[in-house]
Amino acid sequence: MRFSLLSLLRESLRGHRGWPAQWRDASPKPAYDVVIVGAGGHGLATAYYLAAECGLRNIAVVEKGWLGGGNTARNTTVIRSNYLWEESEAIYEHSMKLWQDLSHALNYNVMYSPRGVMMLAHTVHDMQVIRRHVHANRLAGIDNELLSPREAQAFCPILNIGRDIRYPVLGAALQRRGGTARHDAVAWGYARAASALGVDIIQNCPVTGLRRQQDGAIAGVETARGFIAAPKIGVVAAGHSSVLMAMAGVRMPLESFPLQALVSEPVKSVMPCVVMSNTIHAYMSQSDKGELVIGAGTDAYPSYSQAGGLHIASDTLEAVCELFPTLRRLRMMRSWGGIVDVTPDRSPIIGRTPVPGLFVNCGWGTGGFKATPGSGHVFAHTIAKGEPHPIAAPFTLDRFRTGRLIDEAAAAAVAH
Amino acid sequence: MLLIPCPFCAMDRPEAEFRHAGEAHLTRPPDPAAADDAAWADFLYHRANPRGVIAERWRHVHGCGRFINVLRDTVSDRILASYRPGEKRP
Ligand SMILES: Cc1cc2nc3c(=O)[nH]c(=O)nc-3n(C[C@H](O)[C@H](O)[C@H](O)COP(=O)(O)OP(=O)(O)OC[C@H]3O[C@@H](n4cnc5c(N)ncnc54)[C@H](O)[C@@H]3O)c2cc1C
Ligand SMILES: [Zn+2]
Repeated sequence: MRFSLLSLLRESLRGHRGWPAQWRDASPKPAYDVVIVGAGGHGLATAYYLAAECGLRNIAVVEKGWLGGGNTARNTTVIRSNYLWEESEAIYEHSMKLWQDLSHALNYNVMYSPRGVMMLAHTVHDMQVIRRHVHANRLAGIDNELLSPREAQAFCPILNIGRDIRYPVLGAALQRRGGTARHDAVAWGYARAASALGVDIIQNCPVTGLRRQQDGAIAGVETARGFIAAPKIGVVAAGHSSVLMAMAGVRMPLESFPLQALVSEPVKSVMPCVVMSNTIHAYMSQSDKGELVIGAGTDAYPSYSQAGGLHIASDTLEAVCELFPTLRRLRMMRSWGGIVDVTPDRSPIIGRTPVPGLFVNCGWGTGGFKATPGSGHVFAHTIAKGEPHPIAAPFTLDRFRTGRLIDEAAAAAVAH
Repeated sequence: MLLIPCPFCAMDRPEAEFRHAGEAHLTRPPDPAAADDAAWADFLYHRANPRGVIAERWRHVHGCGRFINVLRDTVSDRILASYRPGEKRP
């Protein structure tokens, strides 16, 4: 079934009772050509591009819960491509280009909204960092502009640019093509399109082991619903990547941290863009429902508790109240946490592993939603060919041995 | 916020008094010049990152100032033990 103006009209007259299920809830077959572990946005996108572009059809995505229930469902959906290093610019920009046409390509409205992402600077150091980013981005042909406090306020009228707050706004960097997309729709859109191409999406099926052959190569996955054989396996498990890779005996340069977000009660439109501040660990945008979506920081210690400390969220809210005083009386409706997998250089790991046939795509940490289309695309090509897609090539697991790190850590400091 | 028992101060103190200092019991290659890149990668970057009990270091920066070791369950965040550096993991 394709969505069109006609089908929407017809269904709105029929009380929306005629929509069919958007994907098949498959049961596992004994064997596949490729098994993807983890049905988050990245895993589903990988499966979709494997089927749509790489000529593979016998593919399964195995998910321990329901699809899109991990960080895909928990993130604050900020999309941008103004990273510091060329390798990062290439992969995030690749993604940005795919976002622009994604609703059309998937025939599913992912509500990509390039409303502008404005990153604030509060200290002399912040200003230097932001300037460096703007120059690096412009050399790479990626839009990013420097704004004065007044220009920043003109772009986001509720922003407080007074000098009398703890961290006054000294300037900002604005990427106008940055913005947001609807997180659930991204997972559902890829699931629907992949399922239509024959991909089996197997939910409620935790992977409990990675079985290897005599010669060490991957043989398949042990799951709660039995063994599934596959000569190629892609692990795309976000916060649980270390746990899965340990099943194959591979130690990872990862630590998993809780990262939190909150939403307020819905209000009329007050926030036309996304505003981020690394220095005070806060970022915010407004959803189409009117809720202010607020991202907080990570806890200080690794954890799988999927909650996060209250003091982390309250620090962020204090900062938000100073930056946007008009929101002081707003009530928060919900808060939650997701487990993010953080690498030492804050760049992802995409590619082969020491185990033949086993591929991994992880380490997206606090900022992988924006990369969902590009990540899935280059990972699909990497799995299909058995060698890295050119854009994925710098993001090897081996870089931690060779020392060719892609250091976005110092560049971004915290959330992105 | 965690309540962390400091073995030096012999008190439960709030997490805000401490700074997290990473996985415990990592040993620097004893003969640095002889260690190859893989050994360095293992020491510098690879972490157990367990879903379960982790041994980790904290520094009691707003207290005694010392490094301590803590055993914590990373699923429940419950602290199981704390002990001084140099002592064996309980
Ligand atoms: C609060 C918060 C805010 C964020 N904000 C942003 C933002 O504004 N912009 C941005 O770009 N990024 C953001 N991120 C980061 C982003 O959400 C992640 O980088 C991204 O979603 C990771 O993609 P994924 O598809 O791999 O993850 P997930 O959606 O987490 O998918 C991984 C899947 O693997 C499954 N899995 C795990 N173990 C197993 C197993 N043993 N067997 C089977 N399946 C398993 C999980 O259940 C899960 O569904 C944020 C994250 C959080 C938590
Ligand atoms: Zn102490």
